[in-house]
Amino acid sequence: MTRVYVAGVGMTKIGRHFDKGFLDLAAEAAFKAIDDAGGVEPEAVVVTNMMSSRLNEQDSLGAYIAAGLGLRHRPAFKVEAACGSGGAGVFNAYTMVRSGLFDAVLVVGVEKMTDYPTSTVTAALAQAADAEYELYYGASFTGLNALMMRYYMEKYGVSRDEMSEWPVMMHSNAVSNPYAQFRRKITKEDVAKSQVVADPIRLLDSSPIGDGSAAVLLVSEELAKKLPNKPEVYIAGAWMAVDTVELSNRDALDEIPAARIAAEKAYKMAGLGPRDIDVIEIHDAFTINGVMLLEELGFAPRGEAAKLLNEGRFHPGDKPTANPSGGLKARGHPVGTTGVYQVAEITMQLRGDFPGLRVDGAEAGLTTSMGGDGSSLTVHVLRHI
Amino acid sequence: MEEIARIWGWEPSVPRGLGVVEKAIAGPDEDSLTMGYEAALNAIRRAGVDPSEIKAVFFGSESKPYAVKPAATIIADALGISPETMASDLEFACRAGSEGLRAALALVEAGYMRYALAIGSDTAQANPGNVLEFTAASGAAAFVVGPAEESVAVLEGVYTYVTDTPDFWRGAHSKYPLHGEGFTGEPAYFAHIIGAVKGLMESLGLRAEDFDYAVFHQPNGKFPLRVGSRLGIPREKILPGLVTPVIGNTYNGSALIGFARVLDQAKPGQRILVAPFGSGAGSDAYSFVVTDRIEERRDLAPSVDTYIERKKYVDYGLYARMRGIIERIPE
Amino acid sequence: MPLNISPARIWRERTYRYRLVAKRCKKCGRIIYPPRPACPACGSRELEDIELPRTGVVETYTIIYTVMDGFRDKAPLPIAIVRLDNGAKVLAPLTDIDPEEIRTGMRVEAVLRRIKRDGEHGLIAYGVAFRPALYEQRKQ
Repeated sequence: MTRVYVAGVGMTKIGRHFDKGFLDLAAEAAFKAIDDAGGVEPEAVVVTNMMSSRLNEQDSLGAYIAAGLGLRHRPAFKVEAACGSGGAGVFNAYTMVRSGLFDAVLVVGVEKMTDYPTSTVTAALAQAADAEYELYYGASFTGLNALMMRYYMEKYGVSRDEMSEWPVMMHSNAVSNPYAQFRRKITKEDVAKSQVVADPIRLLDSSPIGDGSAAVLLVSEELAKKLPNKPEVYIAGAWMAVDTVELSNRDALDEIPAARIAAEKAYKMAGLGPRDIDVIEIHDAFTINGVMLLEELGFAPRGEAAKLLNEGRFHPGDKPTANPSGGLKARGHPVGTTGVYQVAEITMQLRGDFPGLRVDGAEAGLTTSMGGDGSSLTVHVLRHI
Repeated sequence: MEEIARIWGWEPSVPRGLGVVEKAIAGPDEDSLTMGYEAALNAIRRAGVDPSEIKAVFFGSESKPYAVKPAATIIADALGISPETMASDLEFACRAGSEGLRAALALVEAGYMRYALAIGSDTAQANPGNVLEFTAASGAAAFVVGPAEESVAVLEGVYTYVTDTPDFWRGAHSKYPLHGEGFTGEPAYFAHIIGAVKGLMESLGLRAEDFDYAVFHQPNGKFPLRVGSRLGIPREKILPGLVTPVIGNTYNGSALIGFARVLDQAKPGQRILVAPFGSGAGSDAYSFVVTDRIEERRDLAPSVDTYIERKKYVDYGLYARMRGIIERIPE
Repeated sequence: MPLNISPARIWRERTYRYRLVAKRCKKCGRIIYPPRPACPACGSRELEDIELPRTGVVETYTIIYTVMDGFRDKAPLPIAIVRLDNGAKVLAPLTDIDPEEIRTGMRVEAVLRRIKRDGEHGLIAYGVAFRPALYEQRKQ
C-alpha cells in the first residue's frame, strides 16, 4: 500500500458570495489545487457537500462537479456526512489512493448556503439530526448542540465566561487569514452579550452561514516522485467512526466516542500520540464542539479543556496550537466543505506557506471533521516528510 | 375580560353583565384533540380499565382539528384503544359531547360493549370584536362509561329534547360562528333545557328538590342560574358545577366540565342533574346517582380545580398569536 | 399541492411517538428510543417492544430562539432530553412552562401535543411533549 501525499491545495474565501454559484466556487478551489500540484490530472473526483439536494435542488453532484470542471469520463461521486462531509470525503479519497487503484484523486468540497433565508437554512441544517424524532419536534441543529453545552457546563462547573475563551481565540487567530469569513477580534463581553440562538448557545458561539469551496489533490508515492514540486506533506494516519445520529440513543451527552475511536486509530497508523502534534484544525461549529473535541482527541482531561484554554493552552505559541485558521467560528463553515479546508490548512502549515497565522516548524498536524452532534467523525494525522 | 374590552372598546358593563371574570384558552401546541386526549387519559386512570377493553370512542366538538379525518381514531390509537372500536366525531354545536355520552351509555346498557368513552372538547373561536369573544374558551371533559357495579355514578334516566331552532351556526367554510343575539335565549337555551329537564323529571317521577346538584350548559355565568331558578332549583345547588365564570364557555366542555367538578365533591347517594345544551338546537337532561366508589376513584387523576388553578395570564397580543387570529403568511 | 408532512410517515411512527413505545435489547438490556432494527450498543437483532414510563426528569434543555420554518408560533421553543423513570432518554419539547422556570432535574410528565401543521391544507403532526408533572402532585 502506497503512502498518500497531499500534492496540491486550493481554497476560496468564505463569505456570502451572492455572485457565485456552485460551479464558480468549486472551480476556483479545484483549479487552484490542481495548479498547486503542478497540473496533475485527477483520475477520480470526490465531491463533499451536505445540502445540495435541499438547498440547491441538485443531486448527481459527483458528475455535476466533475464534468463541470472538465473532468468527465472518470469515477466521481458525492460523499455526505452532514457537516463532516469534508473529512469523510478526504478519508474516502485517501483509501482510494492508498489501495493502489488510483494515483491521483481530487477532493473538492463545495457548499452554497446563502441563497435562502436563515429559517430555511436552519431547517436544512437540522437534517443532520434524526428526522422523525429530533427535527420533527423543531429541534434545530443549534438546539441539539445547546443541550450538550448546558449538560457539559452544569456537569463540570464551567462558566459562560470560561467557554467564551474559545470564540475569542478563534477570532483573534483569523485576523490574518485572507480566506476567513470574519477577520475582526471579539471580546468575552461581546460573546456574553451576543444574541441567544438556542440557550445557552449565543451567536458568537456559532459558526456563521457562508459559501465556500476547498480542494486537495491526493497522489500516490509513485506519482509524487514524478512531480516538479515534490509534495512535502503526507497523510500518516486517517480514520472515521460513526455513532447514533439521535442524541437519546447515545451513551452519554458529554462524550463523543466516535471522535476518540477515530483519533486512536489515526494516531496508531501514524505512530504518533497527542504529545507529538504541533498544530490542529478541529471542528468547532459551536464553542462546545471545540471544547469537547480537545478532550476526546487526548489534548485535555475530560471537563478541563475550557479551564486550560483560559490558562493560555492551545493559543498561538503552544503545542498544539488549535485552529490557527480561526476555526469554523471565524474562518467559517460552509458545512460540507470544512473538512477539506482543514486538510488544506494543515498541509500549508506543515509546508510553511499558510497565508495566515503560522505555526513555525510544525512537523505533525491533525484535523478533525465532525458531522452532526457527534455522529460522524473523521480524523487525519498529517506529517511533513 | 377587561383586556378584551380594552382592545375592542367595549363598555365595561358588557362583560360584567355576562358574569364571567376570565377565560381559558388553549396553548400554542394544543387543540381540541390534545385536550380531549388528556381528559380521556384522566377518565381511564380513574376507571382503572385496560384501554383495549373500551369499544367505542365518541369525540364531540365544534372545533375539530380536521373537517374530514376523525379525531376519535387518533385519540383511540394514542390511548391503545383501537382497532376493535366504534369511533366517530360528532357535531351538534355544544352538545355533541353529550350526544356521545348518551350513545355510550346506551351501547353499554344494551350489552353491546362493556366500556365506552365519550369526550366533549373545544377550542372555541369567536369573531374578534364580537361579544362572543368574551366567553369563547378552550376545555375538554371525558367519561368512561361502564357497568353500574364499577361506576362512580349510575344513570337513572336521560331525556333528549331536540328541534330545528337556528339560534347559532357556522357555515361550512366560515371561520367564526354567527348568532341571533336575543334569539339564542328564550326560544333556544331556555326552551330546550326546560323541555329536557321537565321531560326527565316526568319520566322518572322526580321533582326539583330531589336533586342535590344541577349542572347546566353555561354559555355565561348568568343563564344557568336563571334556568335553574325557573325550574325551582336554588343557586347553591348550581354553583358547584358553574365553571364558566372562571374559565369561560368551553362549548362541548361546558356542562360536562361542570359535571366533572361536581363529581370532585359529591357524596355517595347524592343525585346530580346534568343538562347540556347545543345550538341548532337541543338539550339532554340526565339524572345520575353517585355511588360509594367515588371516594376511592376521585384522587386517581387531577381534579377540575387543579386545572382551573394552574394558570398563566396572557395579554391580548399573545392571545391573538396563540389563537391564530393574526393574519400572516406561514413561514 | 406538495405535501411536507407525508401521511405514511405520520402513520408509521404514531405508536412509537404517541405512546412512547421503545425497543429493548434482549441481549444487553439497553432501551432504544427511537426504535432501531438493531441494538446500538451491542448490535443484537433480538429486540422487543416496551412502553416507556410517561414521567421523568429534565436531564438537560435548551430554549431555541432561532426556530426553523414552521415553528415561529412556538418560539421560543424549549427542547429537553428527559430521563424517564426507567432510565431511558427521550428528546421532546417542553410545554406549559415559561422558559425562565425550566430547571435541570425538574419532574415532568408526557402529554400529547400538536407539533406542527403542514400549512392550511396539510396534515397535522402530533407528538409527545413534557410538562411540569401535574398528576404526581395530585397523588401526594
